[in-house]
Amino acid sequence: MSKILIRGAKVLGGDVQDVLIDGETIAAVGSGLDAGDATVVDAEGQILLPGLVDLHTHLREPGREDSETVLTGTQAAARGGFTSVFAMANTFPVADTAGVVEQVWRLGKESGYCDVQPIGAVTVGLEGKKLSELGAMHDSAAGVTVFSDDGKCVDDAVIMRRALEYVKAFGGVVAQHAQEPRLTEGAQMNEGVVSAELGLGGWPAVAEESIIARDVLLAEHVGSRVHICHLSTAGSVEIVRWAKSRGIDVTAEVTPHHLLLTDELVRSYNPVYKVNPPLRTEKDVMALREALADGTIDIVATDHAPHPHEDKDCEWAAAAMGMVGLETALSVVQHTMVETGLLDWAGVADRMSHKPAEIGRATGHGRPVSAGEPANLTLVDPAYRGEVNPAGFASRSRNTPYEGRELPGRITHTFLRGRATVVDGKLA
Amino acid sequence: MMRHLISAADLTRDDAVLVLDTAEEMARVSDRPIKKLPALRGRTICNLFFEDSTRTRISFEAAEKRLSADVINFAAKGSSVSKGESLKDTAQTLEAMGVDAVVIRHSASGAPYRLATSGWIDAPVINAGDGTHQHPTQALLDAFTMRRRLVGKDALGQDLAGKRITLVGDVLHSRVARSNVDLLHTLGAEVTLVAPPTLLPVGVEHWTCDVSYDLDAVLPKSDAVMMLRVQRERMNAAFFPTEREYSRRYGLDGDRMAKMPEHGIVMHPGPMVRGMEITAEVADSDRCTVVEQVANGVHTRMAVLYLLLGGNEPAVSHARPTDSENK
Repeated sequence: MSKILIRGAKVLGGDVQDVLIDGETIAAVGSGLDAGDATVVDAEGQILLPGLVDLHTHLREPGREDSETVLTGTQAAARGGFTSVFAMANTFPVADTAGVVEQVWRLGKESGYCDVQPIGAVTVGLEGKKLSELGAMHDSAAGVTVFSDDGKCVDDAVIMRRALEYVKAFGGVVAQHAQEPRLTEGAQMNEGVVSAELGLGGWPAVAEESIIARDVLLAEHVGSRVHICHLSTAGSVEIVRWAKSRGIDVTAEVTPHHLLLTDELVRSYNPVYKVNPPLRTEKDVMALREALADGTIDIVATDHAPHPHEDKDCEWAAAAMGMVGLETALSVVQHTMVETGLLDWAGVADRMSHKPAEIGRATGHGRPVSAGEPANLTLVDPAYRGEVNPAGFASRSRNTPYEGRELPGRITHTFLRGRATVVDGKLA
Repeated sequence: MMRHLISAADLTRDDAVLVLDTAEEMARVSDRPIKKLPALRGRTICNLFFEDSTRTRISFEAAEKRLSADVINFAAKGSSVSKGESLKDTAQTLEAMGVDAVVIRHSASGAPYRLATSGWIDAPVINAGDGTHQHPTQALLDAFTMRRRLVGKDALGQDLAGKRITLVGDVLHSRVARSNVDLLHTLGAEVTLVAPPTLLPVGVEHWTCDVSYDLDAVLPKSDAVMMLRVQRERMNAAFFPTEREYSRRYGLDGDRMAKMPEHGIVMHPGPMVRGMEITAEVADSDRCTVVEQVANGVHTRMAVLYLLLGGNEPAVSHARPTDSENK
């Protein structure tokens, strides 16, 4: 394998350094490194980060290849600066057996753009009734450590308790989609001032917060760790903050869209803003940003949810929930967290690479940028400004809420174990 | 006047008064032996009903025919999705057939707004009721009825300033309530909503109205009381314990009606659930305007269609000069 010299990048936004990649590994980090026979990447003015890790992606394969495949999803991930993505289990068939998770894992290997770590379903068919063979999925070639019924809540308290306990045997973690089902029947958007006016069924904050409160208490009781998916309300932040202060082993994620968008956008009745959990209020957005800055929320995860055009080009109630996010995630984080002074680039590396890799036990990812480490890296041009143009997405779907919106930053290069997957913003 | 009629909140005071004044002119036409105007001759209007509603559809159809429009009725039971065809395709099909306006009724809140703003079609869109969002022509016909009864038949140019209007019942699921709150506020009325707390939406405190849980306290100060339909199945979702308890606390019977001022009227958008929100005694009394509302619905819808589609000519030759100047 060839050598690559990344010249003059600000490593984690700090000192300007050269980084020499030899084969799959970072060979040296320093200033004025000799290029020798290495290919030189001029990175002046750019930020070098460890390859990003997304703990929450929907790759849709098997079953909904019309919206995304493992190949197109990992290509989108590479363009977004990711070197590892965790693929959610709500495929068709559901990833609730060793066979399905191994299929997704193998498709990821074959794609070569980004490592794919399958997530296993907690319960058979995501039905919340009966535990899936969690151990078999862990012991499979896919080596599953994260389990989630995402899209649905594990609402039965006993099933949740058992799952939390059971996965301790192999260091697993349950990632909960916190949504009390009875409180959200027919829910279409955040319940509040806007839903009252628009006549759309409300998704109250308490439906999320009550499940999080229950689950952190369950995790404490059985001594397990628990991860909370896409936290979306100021109240949820308070509960997680309280749980952490009590020493409960809880981690939490926030999506880029919940850091930026509010339910005011729903006034357009444009289903591109329909997502689950729903867009909340300005107050929630500000609380989420603060919580991500102070570490109450551990990570950013995209909840990349591709849908074909026809599932969004319709009336609100008929539309699918979800937004694509892999190719805009870092730009939104730069816009909402870095440019507001809430987080520096080292903080971004922590929230989007180190911590998610740690929670998901993604070996070889989220490592420091130093000699001897795997060369999973991404280069960002933070000075770039441009309108989001979904036509240029690698993802098979175009359901972005940011079309036409100016966002900062652009991924110029991504390296997966020393191999460039993105060069000058284009797939390699 | 605007191009579409999607929400009562989109109407200015002058827009709304113009509709009411025009509806008075239309009402005069309905008193003639030949109840027909040539205003929309050669224009095709499609009544696109994705949700069953015989009364609203017939009311629009009567209005369209009295304006000499050609009428196409399209009834698609259930949602567009269950039919397998999207709203977009249905709308584009109709437009390709040369429809000049679409009157849409849909169970999904926001469907008319989507139709009007997504670039799917160019034709004007009139909302005939969408989900639990809006039903603007209902609010206009209600305002027309109130103005006639509370201000007078010769009230041209006037609004409802200072009139105290009370809406009682299932506000949470009611597009009629939302539309009325918006329009009545625009017309200067003071609106009070009365309902059990379970049937008021979270966020109602931001609406341009007062809220009360006590019907008896509000009735003596009400120039009009509008009873909203309460579906019996709400009881099964724990919005209230029993039908009888609902009736006792929020239903309008003769004793309660007696607490209203003498000039006070009782309204209902229909269909009424007799014995639930309203007793037969009240429904059949002189103060109850239900049948008038139905008649006024045709006049008001004629006015809306005329103003959205008819261009700038006065609706009828005897229109008062002061009004036609506004057109």
